[in-house]
This record gives sequence, structure tokens and C-alpha cells, in this order.
Amino acid sequence: MPRPFVLPDLGEGLTEAEVVKVLVQEGELVREDAPLLEVETDKATVEIPSPMSGRVEKIHVRAGQTVPVGQVLVTFADAVVAPGKQAADTLDSTRTLAPEPKTVVADRGRARQAPPVPAQSPARRGGPVAATPSTRRLARELGVDLRVVNGRGPGGRVTDDDVRAAVSEAPPDAAAPPAEPTPSPTPPAVARPLARGGVEPPPLPRFEQWGPIERQPLSHLRRTIAERMTLSATLIPHVTHFDRVDITDLDALIRRNLETGKARGVTLTLTSFILKAVAQALLEHPHFNASLDPAAGELIVKRHVHLGVAVATPRGLVVPVIRDVDRKPLLELQRELGALASRVREGKATLEDLRGGTFTVTNIGALGGTGAIPIINYPEVAILGVARGREEPVVREGAVVPRLLLPLSLTFDHRVADGADGARFASAIGRRLEHPDALLLGF
Amino acid sequence: MGDLVREVDVAVVGGGPGGYSAAFRCAELGLETVVVDAGQRLGGACLFEGCIPSKALLHVAAVLGEAERARDFGVDFGEPRISLDPLRKWKSERVVGRLARGLAAVARGKSVEVVGGRAVFEDSRGLRVEGDEPQKIRFKHAIVATGSVPSALPGVDLRSDRLMDSTAALEIADIPARLLVIGGGYVGLELGQVYAALGSEVTLVEMLDGLLPGVDRDLVQPLARRCERTFKAIRLSTRVGGLRDTGDAIEARLGEGETATFDRVLVAVGRRPQSQGLGLETTRVRVSDRGFIETDERGGTADAHLWAVGDVAGEPMLAHRAMRQGKVAAEAIAGRPAAFDNIVVPAVVFTDPEVAWCGLTEREAAATGRAVTVARVQWAASGRAATLGRSDGLTKLVADAETGRVLGVGIVGPGAGELIAEGAVAVETALRAEDLALTIHAHPTLSETLMEAAESLLAEAQPRGGF
Repeated sequence: MPRPFVLPDLGEGLTEAEVVKVLVQEGELVREDAPLLEVETDKATVEIPSPMSGRVEKIHVRAGQTVPVGQVLVTFADAVVAPGKQAADTLDSTRTLAPEPKTVVADRGRARQAPPVPAQSPARRGGPVAATPSTRRLARELGVDLRVVNGRGPGGRVTDDDVRAAVSEAPPDAAAPPAEPTPSPTPPAVARPLARGGVEPPPLPRFEQWGPIERQPLSHLRRTIAERMTLSATLIPHVTHFDRVDITDLDALIRRNLETGKARGVTLTLTSFILKAVAQALLEHPHFNASLDPAAGELIVKRHVHLGVAVATPRGLVVPVIRDVDRKPLLELQRELGALASRVREGKATLEDLRGGTFTVTNIGALGGTGAIPIINYPEVAILGVARGREEPVVREGAVVPRLLLPLSLTFDHRVADGADGARFASAIGRRLEHPDALLLGF
Repeated sequence: MGDLVREVDVAVVGGGPGGYSAAFRCAELGLETVVVDAGQRLGGACLFEGCIPSKALLHVAAVLGEAERARDFGVDFGEPRISLDPLRKWKSERVVGRLARGLAAVARGKSVEVVGGRAVFEDSRGLRVEGDEPQKIRFKHAIVATGSVPSALPGVDLRSDRLMDSTAALEIADIPARLLVIGGGYVGLELGQVYAALGSEVTLVEMLDGLLPGVDRDLVQPLARRCERTFKAIRLSTRVGGLRDTGDAIEARLGEGETATFDRVLVAVGRRPQSQGLGLETTRVRVSDRGFIETDERGGTADAHLWAVGDVAGEPMLAHRAMRQGKVAAEAIAGRPAAFDNIVVPAVVFTDPEVAWCGLTEREAAATGRAVTVARVQWAASGRAATLGRSDGLTKLVADAETGRVLGVGIVGPGAGELIAEGAVAVETALRAEDLALTIHAHPTLSETLMEAAESLLAEAQPRGGF
């Protein structure tokens, strides 16, 4: 009699899993507990063992497919149910996978370092996880789900060290050089939520013990900046790409037209040219003009280019937004930028002036320095930092010549783009700044 | 009169163990906290009409029982003479009163104010207090800790001073010659034993076919045997058909057609959550059919500003569970990553002998088909039990068949309520039976029975220690 086997309850409120690999073939004889397929949930990759010995009559799923709990995975013919096991088990999705699943990879980041997992980790038997209350509290504080941690203590007990190891192993190094793209058949993309991270800050020491202190409450703006920067820095794996572009020609162009501009009531600045260059580069590289929706597992690409410009004010950093930068003539852009910056400095910016940005430019050049690594203005995916341009000796056609070099630092979200993408996008900006004719002609 | 409106971080409704634990923890975490309690006091049912007064009376019963047993080894104190006035005074002043003053002092020390009156929610951020100190309280968070009240006997609508609930029975208005106890749970057994020790002739009626329903039978048996000796009668699988006040007694119909006459009747058929009349309908809080406020593992309700702990938030209705829940809710409100993730809530029946258990019971293991090994140590083999003249105890260990992890412990015998603490630590910290077996337990003590039970689970049984 054919027996269907359904995707069992995976625990932790998980309702579906993606089939990574089917490990058996139709017609194959499998033993009880032999791996049938490998599935990936948003917590872990696990092997689903066969609930019985028998012949696989039909496989109902294929790699890349997302299946809900309870869906039939395979049908067995000639099932030989192990003694003491009820045949009905196979159809009962409420039977959790918790007893003795063989975890192949606790999660992808951990795979590299995790020592081999015992075939049957007692920590993952039914019932509560074997850990002391203090270890459980530690896990909660560090945001670790104990049920996916391998207990390496006696009897599979999860220790404090196991929990800490799970934290340090989990996130892959954000600044690591981007790996070569692996040429592999891409399974059909399925939108799934990303895992959330997050840690509680440990308590501060009593600084009074070393000398007098003074506690100063944060201003509203300071607190907002602090919260947003913490959010961005902890949530987004940041990568920064550095470049220096030769703006000698652009600088000359600006100088040539400075007086003419003033006659029309506009003071030409480098910033408006940078905004224009960024807007054009964003049209070429729309993934940098986007927001990641981790809950949906989707990238929201914006088909409008509204650029935020970081402005330092005595109260703190404010980022007013100029809309549709790609569609505005440079003079209009320059005029709008001037008006907006003075509104912000006078504290007269409206909420509308500050919302709806798709990408941010921060010019730190006025205050010196050779460069800085900006933090992404959440929920955007990238930010361009511009430092002070300097005349430097440059070799051109065999001769050393003075050129004006502008340091750029492009920080972007490594979840959305890789190093090579960042380099291409940065040079798309740089090319336009180095060749102002291309910029003005929109090439 | 214009209502006084005060604003606080946290308003705690109910001053019982769940409420005061939550309030104290909130205050420790820097939250301005006020407790609204109908009696304007901290302690709740536990201190004033439950755990504490009943244990005081059970201590009296134990002393009486020990004095009687002393005859076995040649000591005769004669017949006890019981004076109710000093007994009541000792219970309410030296025991309850002292503890209540202690709690009030702690509250002052932590700047937790206790407002007297009945709290009624007006919305998710505010409540009004009705009573002597009418006022309105605006809060960022409120913790509902209103506890439970004794259930009435279903189908019986008799108003009579002779009909008591557990609260009334603890007052010991008199020592009735004939007492009917309805309900064979822990309240009926504890109070039945108190009255039996004081001299009442006790008849206990239980609807189901055994005392302490749900508890492993081998743990109940020594207690049942003791009650059979000290009670006049234990009637299992028996319903009380009706109660009638005849003026100088209560006539009760027991089972089919039989009637018996009693001077007092104690109804101990359970407790129900106190979630009515609180104005919860003005909030987003969800209440189950049985009257429990639905909460998550932090005590959070469906309303982001309201929390619930203790009896009103589900079973088991035990003070120590409420206290832990109160602390968890307070920490969650303060933004800490707290959760009630406890594996065991130990249960103790303070009868003679005491019955205590924690974690997985043998019954539950059987019902869920979990592979366990069970070790039993009869106290007849315990040196300490012999010196106490009490060999009627049993210690039982339930362990995972494969890993030996201790999953549950059950104990019956004098002192079981204290001994169970080791079991709770073992289960909560995921000890293996081997850990218990290899830990030296002082000799001669009753705690050795836990070690011996663990030893018997090991593959190579160790020789027993000498007497």
C-alpha cells in the first residue's frame, strides 16, 4: 500500500521550507532514517530522514521548490514500518522534526567553523532544550535561538560557550572581499523573510569610580540620529569602496562659469555637479537606488531619483532631499540646493523637505580630512561620501603634472550588492566627474 | 469632586504575589510604579486567605499529629486542649500580620505606593480607582494581577454560614463536630486534615475516582492511606446532589439517594480567575472562555500596554509561578529580553504526608509516549525515615531513557515540599541522573533518597550506603 510522507512540523513557528536537494530517486530502496531530502528554512538547513524503510514510489517535490508543512514530499511503496512506529506518523505533520533531525548546517555562516555535529544530538530531542536558566537568559540577551544551537556539553547540554560561539559564527564578515560569483544554476527565486539579528548593549561600568562625571540628556535630534545610525549600523552589513577622481577639468569649468552664474543669481558649486553625476549613475545602476524589504525578501527598486544631501547644522546632521535630480537642469538644481540648504540651516525646513530620499550624498570636504566611511541612511542601500579635493602630482603621459583629485567613499549594503557592483557604480560616478562634457551631455 | 489624575510608568492591579513581585521589580528597574489593591495591602490571597494561613494551621495539625505519634516511642502528652482564640491570634498576628508588615516595609523602601480601591480600566492607558481613594491613573503599562477566587459548587444555590469556602474555613470560626469537605484536591485535603487534627469528624467527597486527580497514583497512595485513618470517610466517584440548611445543621445528599447531616460544609472545588468587572472590555485584552487573560511568554496581552501575571493569566494557579511571571513582565516592560521560559513549576501539597512533584510526571510520559526510565526509592529503606518513625514515603525520578537527563521528580513523605527543591534544580538545569548520583548527599537525610533513585538508574548499580 503506498504511503505518503509529508513535510513534518519544523518547530519554531516555521511553516514552510525550501527543498535544497532531493537525495533519493524514484524506485530507490531506502532504510529508515536514511536522508531523503535536504530542506532549508530561514533558520537552518536540515536533512529530512526517512520515517520508514521502503521503496520510493514517487517524489512530489523538486529542488528550489518551497513547500508548506503538511505537503506530501514522497510516496513510499511496499513500506516496511519499523516495529513500534506507527505508520500514521508519515501523514502526521504535527509530529515535529525536533526529535533527532540531523542538522547538516546550523546556518550558512556557521558551516565553515562548526565542528562535526554528532549524528544524534541529544540537545534536539523532544521537550525543552537542555540548558541552565542562566544560559537561556544569555541566549535571549544575545538573540540566539537555543533550539538551533549545538549543545556540546555533557548529554547535549547547551553551554554559555555554545551560545557565544553561535553569535560569533553567525554573521559572515561584512567587509570581506566579495567572493567570485559561483557559476551555479540559480534555483527560482522565492521571496522569504531574512533572519533578524540584534544584541542588547551590556550595562555600562560605573565611571564615577574613576573620577567625576556629568550626565547630559540627548537632544531630540541627537537621539534620532543615534537611533537611526544604530539601526543602520547593526542591521546593514556595510562595505565601503574608495576612489579618487580627477576633477581638474570640472573645476575649471566651474571657475569659468562662476561669474556668469552669479549674474543669473546662482553660485555654482561642486555639489550640484556631484548630485547630477550620482543621479545619472543611479539610472545606470538602479540597485543602488533601492530599499531592501527583508520581511518580504524583495528589493524595492525606486523608479525616481530623490537625493538626500547631508547638511551639518549647529544642532546636528540634517538630510534635506532634492527631488527628481535626474530630470532637472543643472542651474535649477543649483538654485534649489542653495535655497534648501539655507532653509535647513535656519531651521525652517519642512517635513516634506526631509522625506522621500532614495540615496544620500554627504560632503565632508569643507572641514578637511582625507576621507571618511559614511553610514548608510536607512532604509536606503548606499551613500556617497565626498572629501576635500586636493592638488596632487599625477603621472600623465610620462610626465608628472598637478591635478585636482577628489576622494570618494561609497558605502553600500552588502546584502544588496557585491564589491564588484560597488566598484562599477563608483566609477560610473567618477567617469562623469572626470569628463564634465559627458555629464552635461548626459552620456 | 474632580478626579485626581496621576501619571505613572506602571500600574499594577492586585497586590498578591504576582502583583507585588512585578511592582518591586519595576521599581528596581527605575519605573514609577503604583499598586492598586482592594484591601490596600500587599500579600493577596496567598498571604491573607491561602498559602500562609493554611500552612500555619497545618503546622498546628502536624504538631498534634507528632504528639500523637510520640506515644509509639513512650512519650504521652495526654489529650491536647485547643483554645481557638490564641490559635487564631497567633495565625493572624504573629504569622500573617508580621509578614504583611514586612511586605509593606519593602514597598516603602522601594517607593512603591499602594492605593486602596477597585481598579476599573477605562482604556488601554488609563484606569479609575473606585472606593475610598477615588482617582484616575494614567499609565504607560498596566499589569493585571487580580488572581483568582474560590469556585462555588455548581448547581447549589445555598446561602448559609455553615457553608464555607477556603477563605472562611481558614478563619476557624469553630471546630465543627461533623465537617463535610467537597473536593479531593489539595485545598480539600489540607483543610480536611487541619479540621480532623483539631477534632472534627471529616467526611470528604470527591467526584472523580481518586484524590489529587492528575497526580501519579503511587505518590497519592500514602496520603490516601493516612486520610483513610484520620477522616471518618472518603467517598470517591461521588457527587453532592444537594445541600439544605435545616437550621442547626446542613443536610447533604451524597451520591444516589443517601443523605447525611453536617455542622459545616467546606466547598473546595477549585478556583476561578478574577477577570470580570475590571473594564477589560475597554482594552484590547483577550479573555478565554474560562476567564483567563491570554498572554504570551512575557506576560504580554493582545493589548500592547497591558500585561497579566499569575492566576488570572492561566494555570497552574500557584503563587511561586505568579512571582516569577511578575518579574518577567516587569523586565519585559523595562525593555529587557525576559521570558517565562521555566521548565518546572514545582507543586506541593502540604498535607501529612506532603506530596510534591515537578517536571514530567510518569503519567504524562506514558500519555505522550516519551521514552523514560523511572526509579523509585521506598522510604522504608531510608535510615532517616526510620528515625522519624515515618517509612511511608516514596521518592521517584523520571529520566530520559537515552541521555539520563532528569525530566521529573515526585516525592511523598514528610518534608517532601522542601526536598522537591533539589528536583526542581535538577530538571531546570538539565542535570543528568548521574550528576545527582555522584553528588554527596548528607547522611542520614531524606535527600539521600534522590541520590539513591539516581544511582539505581545508572547501568552499574552502586551498592547502597550503610545505615
